[in-house]
Amino acid sequence: MTIGYKWHFGAAVAAAIVSSILFLLIPRLLGDGVDTALLAFQEEGVVRSEIQRDLIGIALLIIFVSTLRGTFGFLQMYLGETLGQRVASRMRMVYFEKLQSLSFSFHDGVHTGQLMSRGLSDVEGVRAFVQSGMVQVFRVIIMIVAAAILMSFLDWQLALVSLSFVPFLVLRSAMMRLRLRILWKKIQDALGDLSTTMEENLSGVRVVRAFSAQRYEEEKFDVGAREVIELRMDAAKIQASGGTAMSFAFLVAWGIVLWFGGEKVIRDELTVGELAQFFAYLAILQFPVRMIPMLVNSVARAAGAGGRLYEVLDIDPAIADGPDSKPLNITDSVVRFEDVSFSYHGVSALEHISFEARPDHTIGIVGAPGSGKSSIAHLLPRFYDADSGHVTIDGVDLKDATTRSVRAAVGLIQQDPFLFDGTIKDNIRYGDMEASDEKVIEAARIAQVHDFIDQLPEKYDSSIGERGTGLSGGQRQRVAIARTILTGPPVLIFDDSTSSVDAGTDARIRIELARVSEGRTTIIIAHRLSSLMHAQEILVLDAGRIVERGTHDELLALNGRYSELWALQQKQATEIEE
Amino acid sequence: MASFFGKLTPGKSKKPRERPARAEEEHAQLHESDTEMFAELDSTVFQRFFYYAGPYKKAMFVATLAVLGFTLANLAVPLIIKIGIDTAIAEKNSSLLAIVGIALIVTALVQWVSNYLQRILMTRVALEVLYDIRADMFLQIQRLGMSFSDKTPVGSLMARMFGDVGALQEMLESSLEVIADLLTIVGIVVVLLILDWRMALIALSVMPLLFLIRVIWQPLARKAFLRMRRNSSVVGVYLDQNVSGIRVIQASNRQKANEEIMSGKISTFFSSANKAARLGGVLMPTVELLTGTALALVIIIGGMRVLDGEMGVGTMIAFLLYVQRFFEPIRTLTMHYAILQRAVASGHRIFELLDIPIDVKEKEDAKPLDDPQGEVEFKNVTFGYDPERPILRNINFTASPGQTVAIVGPTGSGKTSLMALAHRFYDVQEGQILLDGIDVRDIKQDSIGKAMGMVLQEPFLFSQTVMENVRYNTRYATREDVVNACKTIGAHEFVMLLDDGYDTILEQRGSNLSVGQRQLISFARALVANTKILILDEATANIDSYTEKVIQEALQKLLTGRTALVIAHRLSTIRNADKIIVVQVGEIVEEGTHDELIEINGLYASLWTTNYSSFDDIADNADDVLETPATST
Repeated sequence: MTIGYKWHFGAAVAAAIVSSILFLLIPRLLGDGVDTALLAFQEEGVVRSEIQRDLIGIALLIIFVSTLRGTFGFLQMYLGETLGQRVASRMRMVYFEKLQSLSFSFHDGVHTGQLMSRGLSDVEGVRAFVQSGMVQVFRVIIMIVAAAILMSFLDWQLALVSLSFVPFLVLRSAMMRLRLRILWKKIQDALGDLSTTMEENLSGVRVVRAFSAQRYEEEKFDVGAREVIELRMDAAKIQASGGTAMSFAFLVAWGIVLWFGGEKVIRDELTVGELAQFFAYLAILQFPVRMIPMLVNSVARAAGAGGRLYEVLDIDPAIADGPDSKPLNITDSVVRFEDVSFSYHGVSALEHISFEARPDHTIGIVGAPGSGKSSIAHLLPRFYDADSGHVTIDGVDLKDATTRSVRAAVGLIQQDPFLFDGTIKDNIRYGDMEASDEKVIEAARIAQVHDFIDQLPEKYDSSIGERGTGLSGGQRQRVAIARTILTGPPVLIFDDSTSSVDAGTDARIRIELARVSEGRTTIIIAHRLSSLMHAQEILVLDAGRIVERGTHDELLALNGRYSELWALQQKQATEIEE
Repeated sequence: MASFFGKLTPGKSKKPRERPARAEEEHAQLHESDTEMFAELDSTVFQRFFYYAGPYKKAMFVATLAVLGFTLANLAVPLIIKIGIDTAIAEKNSSLLAIVGIALIVTALVQWVSNYLQRILMTRVALEVLYDIRADMFLQIQRLGMSFSDKTPVGSLMARMFGDVGALQEMLESSLEVIADLLTIVGIVVVLLILDWRMALIALSVMPLLFLIRVIWQPLARKAFLRMRRNSSVVGVYLDQNVSGIRVIQASNRQKANEEIMSGKISTFFSSANKAARLGGVLMPTVELLTGTALALVIIIGGMRVLDGEMGVGTMIAFLLYVQRFFEPIRTLTMHYAILQRAVASGHRIFELLDIPIDVKEKEDAKPLDDPQGEVEFKNVTFGYDPERPILRNINFTASPGQTVAIVGPTGSGKTSLMALAHRFYDVQEGQILLDGIDVRDIKQDSIGKAMGMVLQEPFLFSQTVMENVRYNTRYATREDVVNACKTIGAHEFVMLLDDGYDTILEQRGSNLSVGQRQLISFARALVANTKILILDEATANIDSYTEKVIQEALQKLLTGRTALVIAHRLSTIRNADKIIVVQVGEIVEEGTHDELIEINGLYASLWTTNYSSFDDIADNADDVLETPATST
């Protein structure tokens, strides 16, 4: 994914290399300074002004190199970070587009939270890797290798003694980082549980009160909070022991250098300035050595995150337009199911369903939950594909048409509609952002929700909170109805979409709809039989099969399931007449 | 595809946990604002805060000692090196050199131990204090009356419990580092002055500049950083909306448009991230320039003094080593100042919550209700969420033990408030509510809970097992009790069909159950609690006819042998009630049995004859919002 960013990457790495080399020059310069002064002091007959000139030269060089190093350090950081952000932005977009294109059967099987954590934290993991991992790794390697070489040039024995601990330390802390990774995951989970407990305690406050369960809830909270503390403590211990061991080892190295190095100075095998260089190198080395375990962690995280992202990105959308797909040309809007069978995640949902719905014609569908009603509703906008048989509109199989045109032709209103954060107006014109205010109001009027909206302080500009919680179930259903009829689809499916709307309003919606939409084909799925009793044909579904079909009167005469259902719903009404 | 789902969903129960896992982080992010950056440091917040730290004084004392040891050890290192070079090496004294070398290693040991101690102890104290504060907040929220819960969004409470408390924890953990930083800076200055005060003054001259630059830069960089994070959360929120609403999006052919919107949000985020990166790095060359200058000064002046024999070369090296350490404590110190500001702002919000007076309080001498009979009486009750606008006026009625009282009336007539009052979710404004003849305000709250069960219109289930949900607070209930209750209610069959039966962990809000099933579970919960009095808000919406039948039967079983106050929607429930109370605009307008009320030929009779299958159909749903107090405030 970074191929498009070759230059950017190259520049970042170059900056990292230059800044590392410059960084390593500084101890050298400091040592030179010390030696210049000391040697002059020890020798007789030196010219003071010459030494001063030398020192000023070294000093200026130090300032120059420091500033240059700072500048390249900045460049490296900036380029690395922007590179990481570029890659991450691109990944976010690709991921987003992929999610939008994946079909319902994908989304049904995945929890929102999982898709979110892929889109947020996994992308973030990849970003962190690109930024720090890929760029920093050069810097770390160069600094460690170069410092080791430079130190060996000064005195290989001393270098060996003082650096011998580094590999062990690195290995140990890298392993610790990996252990910490696992622990942090646990902490995150525990925190998640704790916040779920908390959130449910608050949202379910009425239940808590009703059962006087405050103490019970406190205990629940207590257990969760304690667990988090202990886990955090474990993590803190690992972190503390890792970090402190590192600085301990470095200080011991200083001690060794002072001791043995000093011995060498006494024996005139090393100058004081070179000893000073050793100290300075050790000081500088701390940084890249500390970086290694972080890099290991970053690679581990990115490998996992990248894998999870590609799991999603590599899925072929089950429903996509083929090269021969043509836009649907609606002439009569005749909907036909021809011997359609459909299974959902391996479980048969529909078997041999055939029916036809014509313009100005309403099909009613009833059945127990799980009998396959919603499957019919979902096959029509081609959210899924049938296993066998044909679903056609005006004689064209949906599989041969572009999905865009199919969905423009079919309006499906679901029982539990999702409303977006935003104003009511934006929600209603979701399918057509160009729609005029008049069109929005007209749709709301038909859906019998205009009067309600009109009495809100901000009317159509009232914002509805997350998932439209500010509205009652019935109001949300009606906003969803307005949203769908705004686009004027020739085929309309109500999937139990007025279940929370009272019977009177339900009837008014239907009357209004009939008034404005001549030639529309309608399919109504409902529990409330009064919603569909006037349909030209009613299908009674059971376990994915049509068990009864006919008009309301025909079905009553059949004395089967429909009439049983009718009796059940009428029982309450008839009680009155007793 | 199947293998893919397999990978995605290792354990079903884990699924709903993923989103809240980020809660702490998210709340912390959302809660930081520009104003907090410049918050005044208020001493009262610290006082109260240290009150919480009180019990951990000993640990804090030891930790402070450890910090002292740690800092001194760090400061000593260049000095030891100086002694080694100027004394041992210069005098070619090998044994002294060995001693100095060992001294350095011992110093390293001291540094190690004290550093470890300091970090562990402070983390422990911070976590304990954090726990205490969180527990206090939780307790306070539990004690505060319903009127508080009505007014306060769950999200903002969550932000306080997690984000704000987290900010305090961060401050506590870093407080010792502040001490260490200050000590280090002072220590370096003092040591350098003692070593050679003239050179020290020259070398230290860059320090104020470093400080100044950090102080100016810090808020700018933080602002840019915060803006970036906010833009990042905007991207997250939009992604969430699109994942959750994917069905609508695909049905409305909105993919292209949404991609454009998303692309806009991502590029805004990208440019703010770039800006933050620029600001974050821009300090580097400046700091390097200043540190380099200080080093250069030491080289020139120190070098000349060494040359002139006025200074040992070890002193010069020690100077160089100290100068290289200037910047680190300055950097962290300014960072900690920002943490401090954030913590103070958070502290204010936390203590604000803890300081809210509790409105529905248990009296000191509240009596237990050992053997409740189940009589409920409303005596001249007047109540309003806003005392100026009473929702219930002068309500009088009695439910004798074992009676079912149905409360009917149009939406917004105050039925729900009436129920809430019976359980003392709120206190009445005027009048009295009596349980077995005793004012509810004189009864222990635990006793009210034991005497009175409640089934809400919207069943609320917890993300725990079915077993735990049904048993809930009835701790003595055995597994058998729970199973029996579910069998009685008619929930046993579908529970057994779940993956792990009664041990199936429900998803958030029980979303792996249907509405009707959730209702039945909440019935079973009330049955297990087995209270003398039952308050029930019937719901009929969204239930198919099949489930409806089961629920009606369950309801009858639940009501027998108990005093029941039912907000009734089903005609069957109303018909079976011993008494019907008709409420309109907060007042009882009619009262009696079904036949008596038909006789009167008033509001009830007219509602009855409209021939709807449910009383819900009477009022337009549009009025629903008006009834819930949350939106009326």
